[in-house]
Amino acid sequence: MATSFKFTVNGQTRSIQSDPETPLLTVLRDALGLTGSKYGCGEGQCGACTVLLDGAARRSCVLPIRAAAGKSITTIEGLEQSGRLHPVQQAFLEAEAFQCAYCTSGMIMSSVALLKQSPNPTPAEIAQALQGNICRCGTQPRIVEAVQRAAKATREQRS
Amino acid sequence: MNQSFGKLNVEPERYEFRSPPLHQFELARRDFFKILGSGIAIFAMAGSTDAKQETAPGPHIQPPQLPKEIASWLHVGDDGTVTAFTGKVEVGQNARTSLTQSVADELRVPFASVRMVMGDTELTPFDMGTFGSRTTPTMVPQLRRVSEAARNLLLEAAATQWNVPAASLKAADAKITDPVSGKSVSYAELARGKTLARLLPEADPITPPSQWTVAGQPLAKVNAREVVTGKHQYTTDLRPDDLLYAKVLRPPSFGATLASCDSKAAVAMAGVTVVVDGNFVGAAADSEARAEQALAAIHAEWKESPQKVSDSDIFAYLKQNASSDSDARREKQEKGSVSRGLADAASKLETSYTVAYIAHAPLEPRAAVAEWSDNKMTVWTGTQRPFAVRTEVANALHIAESSVRVIVPDTGSAYGGKHTGDAAVEAARLAKAAHHPVKLVWTREEEFTWAYFRPAGLIEVKSGLDAGGKLTAWEFHNYHSGSSGIETPYDVANQLIQYHSVPLVLRCGSYRGLAATANHFARETHMDELARGVNLDPLEFRLRNLSDPRLRAVLQAAAKSFGWPPKKSREGQGFSIAAGNEKGSYVATCAEVLSKSNKLQVVRLVTAFECGAIVNPNGLRNQVVGANIQGLGGALFESIQFENGRLKNPHFATYRVPRFRDLPQIEAVLLNRKDIPSAGAGETPIMAVAPAVGNALYDATGMRRRTMPLGMDV
Repeated sequence: MATSFKFTVNGQTRSIQSDPETPLLTVLRDALGLTGSKYGCGEGQCGACTVLLDGAARRSCVLPIRAAAGKSITTIEGLEQSGRLHPVQQAFLEAEAFQCAYCTSGMIMSSVALLKQSPNPTPAEIAQALQGNICRCGTQPRIVEAVQRAAKATREQRS
Repeated sequence: MNQSFGKLNVEPERYEFRSPPLHQFELARRDFFKILGSGIAIFAMAGSTDAKQETAPGPHIQPPQLPKEIASWLHVGDDGTVTAFTGKVEVGQNARTSLTQSVADELRVPFASVRMVMGDTELTPFDMGTFGSRTTPTMVPQLRRVSEAARNLLLEAAATQWNVPAASLKAADAKITDPVSGKSVSYAELARGKTLARLLPEADPITPPSQWTVAGQPLAKVNAREVVTGKHQYTTDLRPDDLLYAKVLRPPSFGATLASCDSKAAVAMAGVTVVVDGNFVGAAADSEARAEQALAAIHAEWKESPQKVSDSDIFAYLKQNASSDSDARREKQEKGSVSRGLADAASKLETSYTVAYIAHAPLEPRAAVAEWSDNKMTVWTGTQRPFAVRTEVANALHIAESSVRVIVPDTGSAYGGKHTGDAAVEAARLAKAAHHPVKLVWTREEEFTWAYFRPAGLIEVKSGLDAGGKLTAWEFHNYHSGSSGIETPYDVANQLIQYHSVPLVLRCGSYRGLAATANHFARETHMDELARGVNLDPLEFRLRNLSDPRLRAVLQAAAKSFGWPPKKSREGQGFSIAAGNEKGSYVATCAEVLSKSNKLQVVRLVTAFECGAIVNPNGLRNQVVGANIQGLGGALFESIQFENGRLKNPHFATYRVPRFRDLPQIEAVLLNRKDIPSAGAGETPIMAVAPAVGNALYDATGMRRRTMPLGMDV
């Protein structure tokens, strides 16, 4: 049965009618038209659907909408601020850390969450944090480089 | 490369190399300009350019459908915008960028002023497909030639305007300049108000790599900003108005047929379209969940007839069911006498190797959006062969090909796995019934199960060496996996090389590099075994048996960067090397591994790669490193498990692919041969990874693994 759910997406309050078990990814993509978060497996195994839920990286394909009620969600579309890319987006762009780029949104969101917790991660910590994100094109070394580049840019911005 | 074998046999799974039928060329020039407005257009013919064709009467071609003889075309608009058209598609290999660079370079315009229209059966010329590393060697020269012809036309237009010889003028930065008078005119001004069409003249010499300015540079991916902001729309992201979502009822096992189907309850559901047609059962509704509910309301009985063979006995099956020797004869390549070569040998070796079925597992699963409108079907889908998918859709719906348009948005990877139009046909069938646009996105389980696999294979090798460590005999049999890369690049007078086809057990098709990966695994592992057997350094042993200078060069380049000969500094450490060439490019990979209490860790890979003149070193490095990482999956753990016509591991949780923590340190050494025409680079760099790792495992442990995957705990 459809129930009303209210939450914040990229700073905007949204209210939708949905079955409580509908995955957040389906709501974002089909109801709200936010298609930047991708469907890769629907099983929480590939990370292409990663969004931030109250700042933490979550697999939106296995997160029922009821679990997002009242929470704040950030998707890839919400990172850019008045035409200015988020440092992680900028770093992915500079390192060209993608090939087919279908995994890129999820990689960026997982990286944003990591840098919030750990502003200066080692390559091993980055690998650990992104272990749940699959890049089939094999661009992982550049993704690690991009995350380090973003960390450095963020530190320099602050100082 | 062994010249004596002459023309390579076409590999069975390379069905896509069949030539398309040709139609008579008729140039409906006015129709082309209707699409893009006035300007200058150049058309490149796929075959020979017959001057008569340029003036052939039109306009019988319905706009904007293009005749099949046109291989590519280009338009310079009166605002200076350059639009180039090709049937090739972008699947992550970065062709959109490398083709854009080549057009900008040859036409002498800024990179940003070129727009590539790719993979749209109504706007782009016919193309067999994006596979076989063909885009760079075939489409780059074609687009360069149309660009060059457009440049010449612009030079002539300016020359006429100023009444000076065209040869005295210079084309640069989208302008024609007269160095004598100092006058200049932009391409936009020259194209304004004109509807000038010209067929490509006989091949003119295009700009050699040594004079490239835009090509050859490490430019960034064309639509990079769209991908980092989530704005790029893949097929799965399209949302036309009134969209319905589809689900398909899958059989319980491979080869099962529909015995009976009661769909009354589903048909009665409001807003649901159900199609039962042959073995196809599908539903479309306003949400995926609703379509799933409709399928759940359908009672279907399937007649199953699964094959008895499973992943545990597949290799014996392949040997037993191989085609008879007479059928296989045409696949046999022989020179000298293997039996004589073996009789002359000081040492002999006979071994066999296996490769498992593996899945492409592109991160964007097969998907399609189909719309039936005005008796015309438009399908957006991620495929490497848009024109073949157009035929598939037309045949499936019993409509004319001219009533089908296939558009390929830049796609979430393929690796040879998206040659067919399965999702497109399914979505189209439902869209035609629903009279609404329909989107179908295969689930990950569907993608694993109902796509196709890289074939499994069994390879048997027999060889002989003389006392000086030189090959005297080489016999090589590949069962089922294919004949790509089956020839040995090493110097050996007595050879017998044969591919044996086997009827399909699982649905199979192309995979990055085709069977070259399997054949290189067997050959390069066997070469390592031979070298170690006579206590020769594996690099020295290869060079002793190799005269091909390009292959020697990549071996030496990889060895140099790796630090060969390596010295062991700790227990469990092992090193080795493997190499090969295919499709005009050359690769050598050095590997360092660490084996601790039966657990294998790949520590370092150094891959040297040479594909002629490099078009974009940035994109090339991504492809080489990416192929190495994908190759690690097949080397270490990727394997499809099946029994009773069912997959046992159709999920990422059970089908392991390379992840961040699996990564070794990887170094790509790119050799730029500006004197050699550019070859493709998407496939060959994958080939040497598995044998290099397996050989290094032997060096570390003395344990020889002759299976792909190696079957070690990793």
